[in-house]
Amino acid sequence: MAFTHQHLLGLEGVSRDELLYLIDQAAQFKEISERDIKKVPTLRGKTVVSLFYEASTRTRTSFEIAAKRLSADYVGIASSTSSSTKGETLLDTARNIAAMRPDALVVRHSAAGAPHFLAQRIDCPVINAGDGAHEHPTQALLDLLTIRDRLGRLDDLTVAIVGDILHSRVTRSNVHALRALGARIRLVGPPTLLPVEATSWGEVHHDLRSGIRDADVIMMLRLQRERQGRNFLPSLDEYSRYFCLTRAALEAARPDAVVLHPGPINRGVEIASDVADGAASLIMDQVTNGVAVRMAVLFLLTSRVRQAAADAAGAMIEEPQPERLRRSVG
Amino acid sequence: MPAVERVVLDAQGVERALARITHEILERNKGTDGLVFIGVRSRGVDIAERLAAKAAEIEGVRVPSGIIDITLYRDDLTRAAQQPQVKGTDIRFPLDERQVVLVDDVLYTGRTVRAALDALMDFGRPRSVQLAVLIDRGHRELPIRADYVGKNLPTSVNEAVQVRLKERDGCDEVVLVPAEEG
Repeated sequence: MAFTHQHLLGLEGVSRDELLYLIDQAAQFKEISERDIKKVPTLRGKTVVSLFYEASTRTRTSFEIAAKRLSADYVGIASSTSSSTKGETLLDTARNIAAMRPDALVVRHSAAGAPHFLAQRIDCPVINAGDGAHEHPTQALLDLLTIRDRLGRLDDLTVAIVGDILHSRVTRSNVHALRALGARIRLVGPPTLLPVEATSWGEVHHDLRSGIRDADVIMMLRLQRERQGRNFLPSLDEYSRYFCLTRAALEAARPDAVVLHPGPINRGVEIASDVADGAASLIMDQVTNGVAVRMAVLFLLTSRVRQAAADAAGAMIEEPQPERLRRSVG
Repeated sequence: MPAVERVVLDAQGVERALARITHEILERNKGTDGLVFIGVRSRGVDIAERLAAKAAEIEGVRVPSGIIDITLYRDDLTRAAQQPQVKGTDIRFPLDERQVVLVDDVLYTGRTVRAALDALMDFGRPRSVQLAVLIDRGHRELPIRADYVGKNLPTSVNEAVQVRLKERDGCDEVVLVPAEEG
């Protein structure tokens, strides 16, 4: 098994086996972050550049830590300090960065498809760190790893995704992955925050308690207040009265149900503090696992590049070694 | 064709070699005090377990054993023709001031051992590191030697040494096969 995609643009089209492989590999990287010396020499001499055109604390820091724990050089560019403020286009910025020969480019952008646009035009692996309301693949991967760590399985899950589904790239990546894994998916929220295609993703609920009833996993979403300009909600108060996950509401789910949230959380809006900080909450585990997932993704995509480069050179640098030979090397 | 396989060590030979290595390790280290075994994935792990079991029979003390995966420390990642797979390191005790016996099945170029040494040093500062291998087939590319060797096996670079162990392969034996056979 291997992950042979050149880029990680989304989880749409990624197979069940590939997902499980990615998660298995990520699980192996967790141990590195528990060491005294949290660094391995694997990507020594490689350069990872990130381009963040949207605010981020977790994802940006997580990618940076992941790259550094693999000994890659990491250069982070935020749009607020880049030449985009002088009117440079996304493509020009990316081309200029590509001309400096990075080994991977991490992109977050408010426009859906921006990472795909760049992937077609520059010669380096592109990792989508969130594009508009489209996808956020590493978030869904870390969600799956976190669920598997706690529940011990990814089969036969009932997953309720609750809140601002309409604007959520986390939902879209998770829906692709959970469908590939055969989970039962419920989408829970007010009608104004549910996209029309939600009915094709899973069961749609407008009532929080019926939506999370007997669920194994509850994925709470942040109410994206920066995208609420067009009167999706009468008021925040009303939203939280109906859709805030409180301890009382949580009783509708299975007693061993787990609660995830991609962060940042709006305490008291979509999730009550006693739930966010309670025993069912895996929010901090998600953050910890995020580093391991991004280490695995960086590792796999940069090793894919070597293979592609070798192919392009006309011949493999080495013949593929048969299993028994590789075992005896060394 | 499997007919060209040549058995160089049978089940009894493997057993005797590991028994002798265990005695040598205990003799050199004056017992099990401070001793730990670290097996290099994959077959080094099985051999380390066997050495630990034999040491326990002899001394009545269970020597801690751990697993090291050298994938992230390899020097040929940029040349690997296949995507490397990380299988994980598992060392649940501090290595500081321990006498570490690094265990692998075959010693060949020495590059795996170099990688394993680098990985070990990230886990602490052992008092000493010794190397035990079932087969030393020569052709070193780095200045590395084993402290304990089950069998020295002169080979050609056109041959491959295949170690089979009960835990993984259903039988204990070491065979020499032409590399072209794959």
